Amino acid sequence: MQKNNNYRLGLKHVIYIVMTLGFITVVAQPFNDRKDIGNVSDNSIKPNAEISSIVSSDNNDANKKREQESADAFKEAYKVFMHPRCMNCHPSGDAPLQGDDSHIHAQNVTRGKDGKGVYAMKCSNCHQKENTSGLNMPPGDPDWHLPPAIMKMVFQGKTPAQLAAQFKDQKQTGKTLQQMLKHVEEDHLVINSGWNPGDGRTKPPLSHAEFAAKFKEWIEKGAVIPK
Amino acid sequence: MITLKVNGKDYNVDVDPSTPILWVLRDALELTGTKFGCGMAQCGACTVHLNGDAVRSCITPVARAAGQEIKTIESLSEDAIGKRLQKAWIEEDVPQCGYCQSGQLMAAAVLLKAKPNPTDNDIDLGMSGNICRCGTYQRVRKAIHRAADMK
Repeated sequence: MQKNNNYRLGLKHVIYIVMTLGFITVVAQPFNDRKDIGNVSDNSIKPNAEISSIVSSDNNDANKKREQESADAFKEAYKVFMHPRCMNCHPSGDAPLQGDDSHIHAQNVTRGKDGKGVYAMKCSNCHQKENTSGLNMPPGDPDWHLPPAIMKMVFQGKTPAQLAAQFKDQKQTGKTLQQMLKHVEEDHLVINSGWNPGDGRTKPPLSHAEFAAKFKEWIEKGAVIPK
Repeated sequence: MITLKVNGKDYNVDVDPSTPILWVLRDALELTGTKFGCGMAQCGACTVHLNGDAVRSCITPVARAAGQEIKTIESLSEDAIGKRLQKAWIEEDVPQCGYCQSGQLMAAAVLLKAKPNPTDNDIDLGMSGNICRCGTYQRVRKAIHRAADMK
């Protein structure tokens, strides 16, 4: 790590000298989604012939690092996606799951077309706007529901690679990655069911802020599908 | 003071807004047809209609029903579906001890309104939240089919 930093420092000096001599051209960043990079100088400068080999190998290193960071961020967020508080409403079947053992919801509740239940078995017939107080009482939210039948957004049984690939496939999500980020960051159902789950239920391993930050990092660093 | 419309009549009740609808119905309005079963929305005995939805009144705070329309078993036979269900229930002799039956009927009414000719699968999906410890499920099923066929 130390060695790498020294190398980068040296490289920067080379670049600054080159700039003062007017030999290089500044161009736009090669990718639009790279605004979050702290150390942008290496990427924003088109190298001249003399230093091109050094800079391009540095670019490759930076790209690889960035890809690794994206994949690692997804793997962290994945721990939350697969936690029962999140996965229980993203089941592989049509019935939601319950409990930390993710058993099928009592009463064999089903999603229905809109994800809000069927007939006398609508989610909101039991799930109120807020948690009902008491151990293992129904948790609440003003819009308690599963994903709808046309867009099931299954998490259950998926590997990190499968889940990331699904998130990137708009045919399976109906949302852009930015819209999905909004769901993760702002949807009160995500926040309430995950981090205010009611007595008797465990919370996901990351805080909501940490989780949202990891998901955002995954997207902003290229939404790389982890191996 | 909370204003409620129950079975077509307006009531002003002086209760804590977090009080479950069930206890307002039973204790304040003396409509005792709706039963207390599990107290945690697991059994369906307390099912009433709130704006046509089969809510579990044991955990639904009365604040949610302010200004809304509640219907209980006492007014079930006031509409055509309820009348047919009542008749079918008698013809099939459905109840044994009877404790869960007002909930069963309220759930069945919601099912028939949404699905006038339900299949066995529809009945399973719509009625699986109403538990009967006497095990009258087969007669509940037959009675729902019978009510559907009465049209």
